[in-house]
Amino acid sequence: MTKLQAPSLVQTAPDDRTVVDGYDLGGFFDEMYDDEGQPRPGCEKLHRRFRELPPQELNRRQRAADRSLLHLGITFNVYGEAEGTERIFPVDLVPRIINGREWDVLEAGLKQRITALNLFIDDVYHEGKILKDKVIPEDLVLGARAYRKQVAGFNPPKGIWCHITGTDLVRGGDGLMYVLEDNLRCPSGVSYVLQNRQIMKQTLPQVFGATPIRPVDDYCSRLLATLTHLMHGRLGQPRVALLTPGVYNSAYFEHSFLAQQMGVELVEGRDLVVADDCVYMRTTRGFERIDVLYRRIDDDFIDPKAFRADSLLGVPGLMDVYKQGNIALANAPGTGIADDKVIYAYVPKIVKYYLDEEPIIPNVPTYVCWDAKERDHVLGNLDKLVVKAANESGGYGMLIGPHSTAAQREQFAKLIRANPRNYIAQPTLSLSRVPVLVGDRLEGRHVDLRPFILYGEDIFVLPGGLTRVALRKGSLVVNSSQGGGSKDTWVLATHPDQTQVQTPASQAQTQS
Amino acid sequence: MLSRVAESVYWMSRYIERAENTARFIDVNLQLSLDRVVDGPSQWRPMVSTTGDDELFEKLHEESTQRNVIQFLTFDRDNPNSIYSCLRWARENARSVREVISQEMWLLINRFYLMLNQARIEDALDHPHEFFGDIRQAGQHFTGVTDSSMSHGEGWNFSKLGRYLERADKTSRILDVKYYLLLPSVNDVGTTFDDIQWAALLRSASAFEMYRRKCGLLSPIKVVEYLLLDQEFPRAVLFCLSRANEALHDISGTQRGTFRNTAEKRLGQLEAELAFTHAREVIDRGLHEFVDDLQTRLNGIGQAISETFFAQRPYAEYAAMRRTGVPT
Repeated sequence: MTKLQAPSLVQTAPDDRTVVDGYDLGGFFDEMYDDEGQPRPGCEKLHRRFRELPPQELNRRQRAADRSLLHLGITFNVYGEAEGTERIFPVDLVPRIINGREWDVLEAGLKQRITALNLFIDDVYHEGKILKDKVIPEDLVLGARAYRKQVAGFNPPKGIWCHITGTDLVRGGDGLMYVLEDNLRCPSGVSYVLQNRQIMKQTLPQVFGATPIRPVDDYCSRLLATLTHLMHGRLGQPRVALLTPGVYNSAYFEHSFLAQQMGVELVEGRDLVVADDCVYMRTTRGFERIDVLYRRIDDDFIDPKAFRADSLLGVPGLMDVYKQGNIALANAPGTGIADDKVIYAYVPKIVKYYLDEEPIIPNVPTYVCWDAKERDHVLGNLDKLVVKAANESGGYGMLIGPHSTAAQREQFAKLIRANPRNYIAQPTLSLSRVPVLVGDRLEGRHVDLRPFILYGEDIFVLPGGLTRVALRKGSLVVNSSQGGGSKDTWVLATHPDQTQVQTPASQAQTQS
Repeated sequence: MLSRVAESVYWMSRYIERAENTARFIDVNLQLSLDRVVDGPSQWRPMVSTTGDDELFEKLHEESTQRNVIQFLTFDRDNPNSIYSCLRWARENARSVREVISQEMWLLINRFYLMLNQARIEDALDHPHEFFGDIRQAGQHFTGVTDSSMSHGEGWNFSKLGRYLERADKTSRILDVKYYLLLPSVNDVGTTFDDIQWAALLRSASAFEMYRRKCGLLSPIKVVEYLLLDQEFPRAVLFCLSRANEALHDISGTQRGTFRNTAEKRLGQLEAELAFTHAREVIDRGLHEFVDDLQTRLNGIGQAISETFFAQRPYAEYAAMRRTGVPT
């Protein structure tokens, strides 16, 4: 009888089906519901709201969210499709909720990890104590593709190498969080965190208002403070700019968004020149000096004189200015050594070595093919393991054992034997799931989590981070090009004052 | 601001203004064909000629039918001046300067593009007045939002400069589409008569009501005077030049009436010349010739702007200029 009625915003008839009915946990750890199917602590209000809203109304709100992404131009181009075909990176309107107490532990763990990795990078470019003490084989570090001899012996401003980090976390079937990957070069995705939050405030205002959620909106002012800190004290007003590869880069939206929110110039390599040992940008009134460059271009392309000579994106001579101390670069060139996937396997030892502490967040168990014994284990179990190349990212150069063919396994066995240094393997994880809206019901989908960490005057961890979700049923791949989407991530406050934005005391940036 | 950014803001505005004016062009012609004043290919071909894209049109289409011309001017992706192409480039430029324009401007330009990207030729042919009216309105909306949401600083002045130079060029072209109307009556250009064509022409420049209040009955010479030489009507060529000049001087800080670069010199000369021209002189010389010359000079001003503000000059040249005190 209710089928023909207009959807009501207030309540539905008791016999009407709601999206939460018949939700199937599928035997996985679910972020919203416990094993009994009851909402986890902090998820009750969301659960109740989803029972109140008719499926049609939820779908209407989902479409409104999609439309708002399209109008904002948060899209990427699909290769091989006609001009004018753009896809949004969809945001699912069921948020992922993280318990405040659990988050406090994760935050401490991330701070610990970044502190140790920064010490590690500084060490390997100076004395190399950790190598001399044989905690990590020297060849592994000095022979790594991401090792940059150009910065050996260099002291970056304030001793900080990794200013902006995105660390990928996953929850396994045992309910524990693990670090899957460190990203210390140019991690992206934070703009989605900020935009998703805006969209969720519009889409589910009642739930949002009734839940104590830690804010994320101060990220850009914290980022600006992190960047200006690098040149603080040496010059009056440090001039910051963000260096982008340009409008055709897939993360361009994020680059322009961050520059806009920080009120700094968004520059391309062709806007910059090196002269008189300084970096200048070309303006309508002549050349103006830059003091801090937040570069979103990989080391390889940043300066054709120091790195790849064929790069058209970089600034010739930039590294000379950097080494003279006349410009700060974030992240510092050379940080890639710490997110090499083989070095990753040693991070627990790195934490112990520099801090004399046990790692708070464990690594996923990892086999290093460089080690003969571990290699044999990997080669004998290729059908069960996930194999990754040390220097690839974005899901490239990967073998997912249980989903692979015999031919693919044979090919990877050859690759591993030919270049064991370049491969690691991990057990196939049973990633946790979060409900997503599919038609008139909720279905579980696998997720990961990328928190963002800023290392400036102190270390700041943005509450939550980017939850990426594999929208295809059964898929473990969360990348946007392969049917991935994202979710707003709500970290619940444990104290009332955590819901307030605390603007850091920072020296203001001015623009002429 | 960055030279590259200034250039993008300038072109973003030019492309939006171009799209809006092309819609105005087409609209006036449609009105006339509805009134059965003129119809058939002879009505539509001059539209292509005034955009200067004859050669390309012949490559892409066989006949100058209404459908083909509208397709060419509105949707053809291979025509760099079609409304679709203008919006596409306006959006690409806007995308590359999102950090200096307001969020509202970006949203509007993006939606404007999406509207054209989704539209089909049938939409334009079935409901032409609505379709081209929407484009016109979106263009005006963008202008309004730019003025009310972007700081009136350097970036805004580049946008203003681009918009008014483009509008000056396009108003002169709108007039030029109908220049042949003058030919049969060149001897009695001073006489007044209400003519559907002249009314439609004025309407396409949103000028009909304003003209009526100021000039009364329609006469070719007065229409020419109004669209070229009026100092108060915002689509008149002289008004546009004056505003563009204002923007140029606000950018460089040069006092009005003086110049410090080629762009200011050329634009100042053109503005002054028009300010001291009578409509009868334009007619005597030949409207088409006058408009031709005007367009060449506008192109020259555009070039000078590019050389002065956007060109990739080497640092050494700049450093030398600073030492010798020669202004940039």
